[in-house]
Amino acid sequence: MRDEKLAVQVTGLTKSYQGKTVLSGLDLSIKRGTVFGLLGANGAGKSTTIECILGTRRADSGTVSVLGHDPGKERGKLFQRVGVQFQEGDYQPEIKVFELCEEIACLYNHPADWRELCRRFGIGGKLKNAVKSLSGGERQRLFIVLALIPNPELVFLDELTTGLDAKARRDVWSILSELKGEGLTILLTSHFMDEVEALCDEICILRQGKAVFHGTVDQARAQSGCEKFEDAYLQMSGEEDAA
Amino acid sequence: MRSFGTLLKNELKLNIRNMNMVIFAVILPLVVLVILGFIYGTKPAAEGASYTFLEQSVGALCTISICASGLMGLPLVVSEYRERKILKRFQVTPVSPAKLLAVEFTIYVFYCAVSLVTLLLASMLFWRVTIPGSLPAFLGSWLLTMVSTLSIGLMVGGIARNAKSASVIACLLYFPMLIFSGATLPLEVMPGAMQKVVSIFPLTQGIQMMKATSLGLPTGGLWVPAAVMGAVTVICMGVAVTCFQWE
Repeated sequence: MRDEKLAVQVTGLTKSYQGKTVLSGLDLSIKRGTVFGLLGANGAGKSTTIECILGTRRADSGTVSVLGHDPGKERGKLFQRVGVQFQEGDYQPEIKVFELCEEIACLYNHPADWRELCRRFGIGGKLKNAVKSLSGGERQRLFIVLALIPNPELVFLDELTTGLDAKARRDVWSILSELKGEGLTILLTSHFMDEVEALCDEICILRQGKAVFHGTVDQARAQSGCEKFEDAYLQMSGEEDAA
Repeated sequence: MRSFGTLLKNELKLNIRNMNMVIFAVILPLVVLVILGFIYGTKPAAEGASYTFLEQSVGALCTISICASGLMGLPLVVSEYRERKILKRFQVTPVSPAKLLAVEFTIYVFYCAVSLVTLLLASMLFWRVTIPGSLPAFLGSWLLTMVSTLSIGLMVGGIARNAKSASVIACLLYFPMLIFSGATLPLEVMPGAMQKVVSIFPLTQGIQMMKATSLGLPTGGLWVPAAVMGAVTVICMGVAVTCFQWE
């Protein structure tokens, strides 16, 4: 049943809040060493899916296996190998960049060199600054660094380049591609379709808690008959109708 | 253990940077000591008493930092971390709730210890205060009082939904304890029924114990207060860890 080549395997995931169904029978599988894009309009169930995969929310039914672990039961073991960047992650009010990195790094058995990571992401000169004094883009890059500090096999990046300028986005893309080359598996969500096209090997488009598409970007184009991927996405996600 | 040390170092730095606890747990007790010192100096506690008023007050002064730490600082910092989603970030790391709570707990132990040392040193230097009773017994009762009061704070912080409800609960605990535990109003002047009610506060037991041990007064039943405080500690810490909420 369990496939060693899969980093994440989700079957029949269902979740409802106060009688409102958020996810219904979602199946997902993410191959190791690939970049997987979880797409959908706001409210389509992306965040709930990620939270159920991470085990921070309990699904009503369905099974989740992450790197062979049950996230609900083996938190300590699983998160030695998984890095997470939350969209709404916050930090202690007065904390400085190096303190935040140090505090995260100390939790892992084999942490990455965070000074090197900060340099790579262009915030190497900001280590002594207060996190709250960073610009939005710098802070976003810091949170990607934090997700990579565990030296993870799998990393979750929620809206990874929101708030970054064009140059910084390109830089982040190229670093992520390098990391993928080193064997990292990446699950990301994004509202930028150029980013998805540039990075993702496979995508899943959610619409009202159901997967309406699961495959490659090319397959999405072919299936929808659209020439541009963004059009294909809008058609399948139902955002077009809404707009 | 390496992670505990690093977390402790960083969290302590952040806490000191915030200054609240430095003021309420370290400076405020010293200010009260200085005021009492100027008023009473080395006068005896009562006509013909073998100890001075200040010697009698040392135990109660030590509980100011214990109250500030356990009933204000600790529950508020933990619930604030929950409300700001900082705990949620820790939830997706390997760290256990017990370790995080232990780190925050230790920070407030540190404040209480600093306050104890500064109070003792200042009162000994300037007003020739001595511990006529047993110093080890006094320190033992201080430790028990502190740990049991901090564990109440840990429980409130561990389970309160947000900083606002934690602060309401903290106030509900802080002010009655400060007023009725004997820290300010002597237990002996309260009616019998009220004495019984307030005696479930670990602080009430603690102050009585610290007073008796430091002054070398006859210690009738120290087992009862010790047992009350021990039970409070075990129950509160257990609840804090098992009912811990990440968000």
